[in-house]
Amino acid sequence: MSTTDTAVHTAVVVDAPIDRAFAVFTDGIGTWWNKDHHILEAPLAEMIFEPHVGGRIIDRGVDGSESSWARVLAYDPPQRLVFSWEISTQWQIETDPEKVSEVEVRFTAEGPARTRVELEHRNLERHGDGWEQMRDSVGSDAGWASGLHGYAAVVGAA
Amino acid sequence: MTYGAEALTALADPTRRAIFERLADGPRAVGELAAGLPVSRPAVSQHLRVLKGAGLVSDRADGTRRIYQLDPDGLGALRAYLDQFWNQSLAAYKEAVERTDKEPQ
Repeated sequence: MSTTDTAVHTAVVVDAPIDRAFAVFTDGIGTWWNKDHHILEAPLAEMIFEPHVGGRIIDRGVDGSESSWARVLAYDPPQRLVFSWEISTQWQIETDPEKVSEVEVRFTAEGPARTRVELEHRNLERHGDGWEQMRDSVGSDAGWASGLHGYAAVVGAA
Repeated sequence: MTYGAEALTALADPTRRAIFERLADGPRAVGELAAGLPVSRPAVSQHLRVLKGAGLVSDRADGTRRIYQLDPDGLGALRAYLDQFWNQSLAAYKEAVERTDKEPQ
């Protein structure tokens, strides 16, 4: 798979029918998303995936607070899904539509119970040059992945 | 920018990853980085050259010392972060998909 400077690509093959693969990625996002990967002040209670173009992906905290960090740009079950990634390099919700990246997920049946899932997170350059601030601001526990320790754990899993 | 796979390759080495993670805490001179690692100072310098070549780290002069920091202008670090993030996430996703249907979702 090609790699460009402003995107990351990854893929996984799952032993499940394509309909289930799509449903777990979308409706079931809360079953697999890392519960430390949110930007709420409170612990994460649930994630809501609104299954239509224009829908939102919303994190809801145990205190009822919400962060809506993505918008569904394409919703073609069970083949394709595109959503925006509206988290700034300051680990805040990005309100400038020019500064959000996007994630495309494609599902391909390789058999009746086997599905290939390909993911591209692209347009990363739109987030601008603030990676250093991103680094500084995740020093608090409120940051994504509970701060640098989580960050290091993610990078360290290479 | 020509950074891409080099960033990921650079971070595949555990010592370079340790250096990278230390720099995530803030800028450091070579001596400070070497002090906490079981490798020689020249070895740290060599690793820093690789990280710099991969677009993950930049350096600047501070008097007679050189200070190294994560490259704020490079997308390499963000890409390396997101690459790991999605690899981990899809591994968890695969587990969730392959759980038996009897379990909730």
